[in-house]
Amino acid sequence: MPLIMVVYYAISIYLIGMLIWNFVREKKSTNDMLLYLIVAVPLVLRVLRIK
Amino acid sequence: MSREWKIKSILLLVVLVVMIIAGVQLYNHRNYMVPVVAGPGVTKVTKLSDYCEGLKGTAGDTNVFFLEGKEEGGKMLIIANTHSNEPVAGLTALIFVENAIVDKGTLIVIPQFNNSGGRNTRAGDGYPLYFEISTDWGNKKFRMGNRDASALDQWPDPDVYVHYPDKQLLSYLDIRNTNRTWPGRADGPLMEKVTYAAMQIMREDNADMAVDIHGAETMFPVTNCIVAPDKSIRVATMAVLTVKAKEGFDNHVEPSPTGFRGLSHREIGDYADTLPFLLEAPLPFLDQPTGPKTVELLLDGKDPFLLNLSKKRMLFVPYDETGWPIDKRAGQHCSVILELIQQFSKRNPDRAIEIHNVPRYAEVVENGIGHYYHDPGKADKADIYYE
Repeated sequence: MPLIMVVYYAISIYLIGMLIWNFVREKKSTNDMLLYLIVAVPLVLRVLRIK
Repeated sequence: MSREWKIKSILLLVVLVVMIIAGVQLYNHRNYMVPVVAGPGVTKVTKLSDYCEGLKGTAGDTNVFFLEGKEEGGKMLIIANTHSNEPVAGLTALIFVENAIVDKGTLIVIPQFNNSGGRNTRAGDGYPLYFEISTDWGNKKFRMGNRDASALDQWPDPDVYVHYPDKQLLSYLDIRNTNRTWPGRADGPLMEKVTYAAMQIMREDNADMAVDIHGAETMFPVTNCIVAPDKSIRVATMAVLTVKAKEGFDNHVEPSPTGFRGLSHREIGDYADTLPFLLEAPLPFLDQPTGPKTVELLLDGKDPFLLNLSKKRMLFVPYDETGWPIDKRAGQHCSVILELIQQFSKRNPDRAIEIHNVPRYAEVVENGIGHYYHDPGKADKADIYYE
């Protein structure tokens, strides 16, 4: 795997972590909770390498 | 459980359910195989990876059909579904694979050139995942693909695509577009490997002509035409004049721009001895100001917004209530390819190609494109290949 791919996977994992963190911390806005989950979908699929 | 976590659990469940339902649909589309019945003219079937080792086992690999005549002659490569959202290309190529008989020379056909693109979709534009063509034995189902290869197969995209070898800066997305990655390289990104393998076919087999079949918007000036570089322009011009005079449909020649790199009609001619031709037929489905992108729009090309624009003279092709049916588009492609062969053979009798059993424009319009597809259920299993 080329180095750039490793970096992109690392970025994806970092973003997933940030989204989960924000999802857990969000207390009131249902909209924001849903948005965090939706944004995480493609990143999770990418990291799990599901085609 | 607190109220907050109850809401979060419900949201997680909803997202998971939607993800699974959509995921299964997309997975089925990506893995759906279209059976192709190799006709009596097919003498061998190889893989694109035979010409570029790096394609083996990847989504870039695809079938290459050889139709060899008993007599030696010239060679033509037909490339289809470079852009899989222009599916009339693949449908035309299948007419050749399932019916053509070559008497002299060789025809090489790649019906699903960008295999990854053919298993991709454009969800944001509401593309249908499949479409069906009515045949004499029932409906034949095809995947509707996308212009570019899937990011699942070639990732990540760069910020800017630096074309090889000219170093021209192109859109980042064009690194997955097999009509921007010519002439390609053996160790480049997947789509450069795909075009490199096709270049190797042309170099190793000494192909005289290469035809890349496409479809284009009715609002785009480069439509209903053959795009050709200087070296191909005589043959292309004679072909369009002949089909217009003999068969009564409009077609014109567009010169291949020398400063725009990566395109098949540019690079094939510059990096091989082959004469390239890129065929465009009108495809209303691709136009932006249309109604929903439905299967009906794809197949019959009828759209009230385009009709209105046509009355305001804003389209580059004739357009009326009859739209642009797929039979008409495929028929045009068949006739133009046959005429290119005819014109080239006239000028190069020692490299002539003779071919029969391929319908021309009027026949495809009259019988429908599906008439030329054979029933895989009744065909010999050895003759069935999957795209």
